[in-house]
Amino acid sequence: MRARNLILGGTLSGAFALVALLSFVWTPHDVGAISIPDRMLRPSADHWLGTDQLGRDIFSMLMVGARTSLAVALASVGIGMGLGVPLGLTAAARRGGLLDDVIMRGNDLIFAFPSILIAILITALTGPSVWNAILAIGIFNIPVFARLSRGAALSLWSREYIMAARVAGKGAARISAEHILPNIANLLIVQGTIQFSVGILVEAALSYVGLGAQPPLPSWGRMLADAQTLISLAPHMALFPGLAIVLSVLGLNLMGDGLRDAFDPKLSRGRAQ
Amino acid sequence: MLMRFMQRLFSLIVTLIVASILIFCVIEVLPGDPAAFMLGMNAEPEAVAALRAQMGLDAGLVARYFTWIGGWLTGDFGTSYTYRVPVAELIADRVWVSLPLALYALGLSTVIAFPIGIVAAMRRGRAADYGIMGATQLGIAIPNFWFAMFLVVIFAINLRWVQAGGFPGWHDPVAAIRALTLPAISLALPQASILARIMRSALIDTLDEDYVRTARAKGLSRSGVVRAHALRNAMIPVLTIIGLQFSFLLAGAIIIENVFYLPGLGRLLFQAINQRDLIVVESTVMLLVMAVVVVTFLVDLAYAIVDPRLRR
Repeated sequence: MRARNLILGGTLSGAFALVALLSFVWTPHDVGAISIPDRMLRPSADHWLGTDQLGRDIFSMLMVGARTSLAVALASVGIGMGLGVPLGLTAAARRGGLLDDVIMRGNDLIFAFPSILIAILITALTGPSVWNAILAIGIFNIPVFARLSRGAALSLWSREYIMAARVAGKGAARISAEHILPNIANLLIVQGTIQFSVGILVEAALSYVGLGAQPPLPSWGRMLADAQTLISLAPHMALFPGLAIVLSVLGLNLMGDGLRDAFDPKLSRGRAQ
Repeated sequence: MLMRFMQRLFSLIVTLIVASILIFCVIEVLPGDPAAFMLGMNAEPEAVAALRAQMGLDAGLVARYFTWIGGWLTGDFGTSYTYRVPVAELIADRVWVSLPLALYALGLSTVIAFPIGIVAAMRRGRAADYGIMGATQLGIAIPNFWFAMFLVVIFAINLRWVQAGGFPGWHDPVAAIRALTLPAISLALPQASILARIMRSALIDTLDEDYVRTARAKGLSRSGVVRAHALRNAMIPVLTIIGLQFSFLLAGAIIIENVFYLPGLGRLLFQAINQRDLIVVESTVMLLVMAVVVVTFLVDLAYAIVDPRLRR
């Protein structure tokens, strides 16, 4: 059961990564090729998943859209980890101190801004773009990783081997980097996988309402926005981008669960999200 | 208990003040001249000057911040540049769509998640558990706005049970609730899935406790134990998630309102952004942040009611 999650999730996620990479060198049709006579075609041998309202091949658009989704999710997990983990480790090293308090209150503050609100504030200033989506989701990820790494690091600071390192004269920064970080890496990988899937969902939602990826950059969320008004005429236009989102998110979540169980069988009971 | 309350209240106020400064900076400081920004590149200098006067931009930053906050305390959020009506009126109208929608979804999510999570926990490792866990895994992965589109196709376009979108207003409560039902269901789907999983794992944790074994040994039935002991102790993580969910629901409502053309705060925000009406954006974002912070505070207080150990 446990290994099954990991295998199924890993396969799905791997397939999406492969498709995204493949789209750089090959798509069945040219993504930008508009052909009005071929619009809203149902799936066929030529157009595997049909065409959209401009006659573009949906399968090809999904392939390139996978690139956008994965890139946005990856970059925002990078921002969240890159800033959140050092903040969390610092807070744990200075536990109970003023710096700890300031960092944790800062986290609470960011938590008060749902990612869509961050995206709206940035968009109000700079206009919509895919960078807004990356920044908004990235900022949203910071407190997630800061809290996780602080909590995990706190429990390690009381261990004997950390004590030994302190007696050996190592400073807090070195201990955090050399002894604590490697020991919380598993947790971070699992959370990273989950935030990756959250990133894909939020990117899709932001692009759907026009705050994320802009034309001509293909994006699953925008494909759904285009499909909405035509849904009774061409339901396949809405069906496939949505399925792509569901399968990639499902894959990542299963992989996250599988990894968690593989790293720590004791925690295998349920996932707190 | 009082000490804890005062501490929490203090940190609530500090968070709100810092959040308001942040929003103020993003909206009124970063664009340089907000009036010129709102009117765009080709604006007449006289128009910019008039808007500057209306927004009180000639005063210093600190004075403007206090005017804005002072306005908040007296219910005066300024006048919308595009709608030419007080922002407070605009917001008040739309809150009565967004808030009931979020609460409706929260209620649905709780009503669905509790029994499902309890059944899964009590049948841990059996077919029912696997089935429920699989379904919730899927529920988390489905984008709610995509789910919403298919709800519209099935229930509004094909079956014609409800309108595809729009909102009739609360003067006809039945019609209003009908209009909010599909949006609430689509908002509730991912939240109910998450909540059911939390419910299950929290309950499983408490079912492993010694006092549960003792109660069973004393002859209490399995469901009796769950009712009398385990549920109450499982409520802390569940309450935390319900509190967190409220902010996700408010945020999600911003998106879902767009699927159903509901005149809520989300639509207001999007229209305001498209028209660069920063005055509306500023106060609407502040209101939503305030809602999130206050709900988190209330959930914190609710712990104390559920868990007497925290009352000290």
